[in-house]
Amino acid sequence: MSVQLWTFVFIFLTFGLYIGIAIWSRAGSTSDFYVAGSGVPPLANGMATAADWMSAASFISMAGLISFLGRDGTFYLMGWTGGYVLLALLLAPYLRKFGKFTVPDFIGDRYYSKTARLIAVFCAVSISFVYVCGQMQGAGIVFSRFLEVDITTGVVIGMAIVFFYAVMGGMKGITYTQVAQYCVLIFAFMVPAIFISILMTGIPIPQIGFGAELTEAFGGGYLLDRLDGMSEELGFATYTEGQRTTQDVFFITAALMFGTAGLPHVIIRFFTVPNVRDARRSAGYALIFIAILYTTAPAVAAFARTNLINTVDNVEYNEVPEWFTKWEATNLIAFTDKNGDGRIQYVGDPEANELDVNRDIMVLANPEIAGLPNWVVALVAAGALAAALSTAAGLLLVISTAVAHDFMKRSFLPNITEKQELAYARIAIFVAVLIAGYVGINPPAYVAQVVAYAFGLAAASFFPAIVLGIFQKSMNKQGAIAGMVAGFLFTAFYIVYFKTLNPALDNADGWLFGISPEGIGTVGTLVNLFIAIAVAQFTPQPPEEVQKIVEDIRLPGEAVTQ
Amino acid sequence: MSDNSAQSYWKSNIRIVLSLLAVWFFISFGCGILFVDALDNIRFGGFKLGFWIAQQGAIFVFVVLIFVYIYLMDKLDDKYNLENAEENQSAPRTSSEEDAA
Repeated sequence: MSVQLWTFVFIFLTFGLYIGIAIWSRAGSTSDFYVAGSGVPPLANGMATAADWMSAASFISMAGLISFLGRDGTFYLMGWTGGYVLLALLLAPYLRKFGKFTVPDFIGDRYYSKTARLIAVFCAVSISFVYVCGQMQGAGIVFSRFLEVDITTGVVIGMAIVFFYAVMGGMKGITYTQVAQYCVLIFAFMVPAIFISILMTGIPIPQIGFGAELTEAFGGGYLLDRLDGMSEELGFATYTEGQRTTQDVFFITAALMFGTAGLPHVIIRFFTVPNVRDARRSAGYALIFIAILYTTAPAVAAFARTNLINTVDNVEYNEVPEWFTKWEATNLIAFTDKNGDGRIQYVGDPEANELDVNRDIMVLANPEIAGLPNWVVALVAAGALAAALSTAAGLLLVISTAVAHDFMKRSFLPNITEKQELAYARIAIFVAVLIAGYVGINPPAYVAQVVAYAFGLAAASFFPAIVLGIFQKSMNKQGAIAGMVAGFLFTAFYIVYFKTLNPALDNADGWLFGISPEGIGTVGTLVNLFIAIAVAQFTPQPPEEVQKIVEDIRLPGEAVTQ
Repeated sequence: MSDNSAQSYWKSNIRIVLSLLAVWFFISFGCGILFVDALDNIRFGGFKLGFWIAQQGAIFVFVVLIFVYIYLMDKLDDKYNLENAEENQSAPRTSSEEDAA
């Protein structure tokens, strides 16, 4: 069977599965729709959280990014996993005990303020929206390459599927689809990785193959030594050494960690388990499920990079393998014969380099580069779609609950019935899907970049406000509001300044303390903390009932006193 | 639960969280970023130690930290007899009930 036929089979089967689950898990109440009735077992929630979290960026782009960044790629690996330690220790159990529906709910109740709630709605919607556009784009790329439909058709198919199960099932439908999507995506990521590890090192565990010796066919010697040697020879940076400054790597890692712990679509997953103990457990399970992919990714990065250099450098253009020509059609790989010798020179010097490689190709084309069977190649498409759609659904739910619950019910239309609220939530998802689809089809040039900044914004707005709300009883609404506004604006301004207003200065000399816009969320977090604590010193203490709520969420088990 | 035991429960909780976060910081920001070049002088198999911690080791440590946390907190809950922590708490109240707040 051809790759395309296999792809059709896998996509048909997996989409059928998602739709089946959606029909089985329809939401009847707002509690079902927002938090799956708080009845999700911790293991299932761990899987759902992992799928919710691992987006098109983790599946398609991350290994590729690492293979071009080398050791500096560490900030993605540690940043996107280390945040779960913060989430498990500082947020998840307490927010579960608080036991409401959304992140703006917590902010609004804990800081007894409609203004705080509305600021949280604004932050949650803008962060999630930026993020969801990237998912739709990722789905579009996969459809267009593997099914050879145009990107528009691809995005529309993706929208229709997400719309179907998100609108019908709400959080309940999304949760159980995400469990299935996790299984699909991890299988699709691991199978090619295991194949390649066996092929190149003879060891079936990629995490170990990463540090092992290459087989005779690949020239022997340790994989990483060989990669370092080849990189130096061709004028690329040494793979296992860092290029960015230590402080920049430090700040980017921290921003990604704080951002991970502050992303509303991850936090709300912990509202869906039955109790506090289960919230702790499901954070642990989630990180195990995530770690399976995240410890494989750096191995895939090193394998793919070695393989790419071996296969294309100094090869006659007329004799390139079939995958090369196929991916040329998508513009993800491009060859310009600068010196006119008919051979591909792939070197570090930009003047002499003749090959332009998009980082996404490192995962998508990896099985083809390694010459794996057709069904493995097709599997990657199904996995990438599972990753993109599961994250998109989780994000759309945040947007819809923020609009229907926090914006309408809790702020402006307190008298609507539960049924009306549910209808508003469904309409909000519908509108959000349409807008996200439109942006996926007509992506503004900066979307892909902006996704990375969603982390900085989440870090600078939500993370400190929630942590202070739990750990500092005397934090009041004036402090929290001032902190969130200052942190969000500072981070947003810094990013916009260097990315659009003054891109000429966007380099280590122009940056504040040598911190790149990717890492500025860490400074934003500190700005938020500092301002919140300072303002709270000079303004009245929070009311007695609120202090009671804080005491209550610190203890697992007992009912909320009100 | 009395105010006193609630306070000492919270103190023990904070102690657990802070000590685990100290390990978290030391491994990720310390070994994975600040001292990575020094640790790279040590090799095992095909790995330089610093590079390995930065790209793999830290993630394994994160997983272990969360499970140590789960274990210690379960023990703490039992010590303070917070047994109903294990029972299902009711699902969040519906919006109409919340409005009283």
